[in-house]
Amino acid sequence: MQTYRTDMYEGMIAETVTVSGHDDTAINAYFARPLGQGPFPGVVLIHHAPGWDEWYRETTRRFAHHGYLAISPNIYQQFGHGVPEDVAAKVRAVGGVADDDVLGDVIGSMGYLKSLPQSNGKVGIFGTCSGGRQVYLVACRAKGFDAAVDCWGGRVVMSQQELTPKYPVAPIDYTKDLSCPLLGLFGEEDQFPSPQQVAQNEQELKKYGKTYEFHMYPKAGHGFFYYNRPGYRQEQAVDGWNKIWDFFEKYLGPSDNH
Amino acid sequence: MCTGIVENTRVSGSGKGPRGWFPLDQASVSFDHPDHAQAERAVIIDLPNRTAGPESRIAIELTPESARDLVRAILASLSRGEGTGPGTRNESAH
Repeated sequence: MQTYRTDMYEGMIAETVTVSGHDDTAINAYFARPLGQGPFPGVVLIHHAPGWDEWYRETTRRFAHHGYLAISPNIYQQFGHGVPEDVAAKVRAVGGVADDDVLGDVIGSMGYLKSLPQSNGKVGIFGTCSGGRQVYLVACRAKGFDAAVDCWGGRVVMSQQELTPKYPVAPIDYTKDLSCPLLGLFGEEDQFPSPQQVAQNEQELKKYGKTYEFHMYPKAGHGFFYYNRPGYRQEQAVDGWNKIWDFFEKYLGPSDNH
Repeated sequence: MCTGIVENTRVSGSGKGPRGWFPLDQASVSFDHPDHAQAERAVIIDLPNRTAGPESRIAIELTPESARDLVRAILASLSRGEGTGPGTRNESAH
């Protein structure tokens, strides 16, 4: 990443766009990109259980600020519109959004990024919480991503009792099909996923010889990036973000072509 | 839904939301991330207003300990009100 100097020009555009999601339905997505011709790498952000909220739009702009074409699809759109936390409550009550639908929405978003003239052809995927789980799932079931970042995704490891028609297969059971390098960031005080589940996930990645980096942060629980929640951990969050920038730069190419 | 823990139950009664009173027929009880309560996980009770949009729901986020306290209070009031426990309305009437 290019170090910012006070004499540099900087600019971005951020807006709501429409992409083709699952079953070719049109869904809203928040898209942010640096101004300039690029070429820029891209990132699809999968929002967390609290919904397609302000933190995700901020984070989408953050990726653009760091030189990425960034897009965050509203994977809850099929449940209607409203204040994000109210829509999220509706989704929670019906047991979540189906894995197949998320897959379609994220693949559509990837296609949107790759179609842009400023794209360098590389696209990563990022998600936190339930979005982290979905990152793992999509990175296994879809082709075309070049790097994946799973932040504290719960229920990558699932018991038989947790499987439902919406979640018919535990993401860990797709590990042999993981199609790109994976970065995982976790807190050792988290219970969803627990450190034991993360260790089980790591064993599976080793078993299939996958390229991955897992980092388990002490004194951190779930969601330690969320500055607006009591679980925020400054030191771990700063380090985690630096690991993300390094990881994406390694696998998606430089993001400094402003 | 990181935990995926949700229990839905049919209820009968009324709730008062931002648009006034409405009939209640469902309660969703989750153990997941709260939006507002200062806890990593909370018992979240959503009482949707099916005749209006999602913003008309009643939402409650309780720490696990206070959720247990609420359950005990509900059961205690039922016990007293229906005359099935110590200190009930029937006992105190005599």
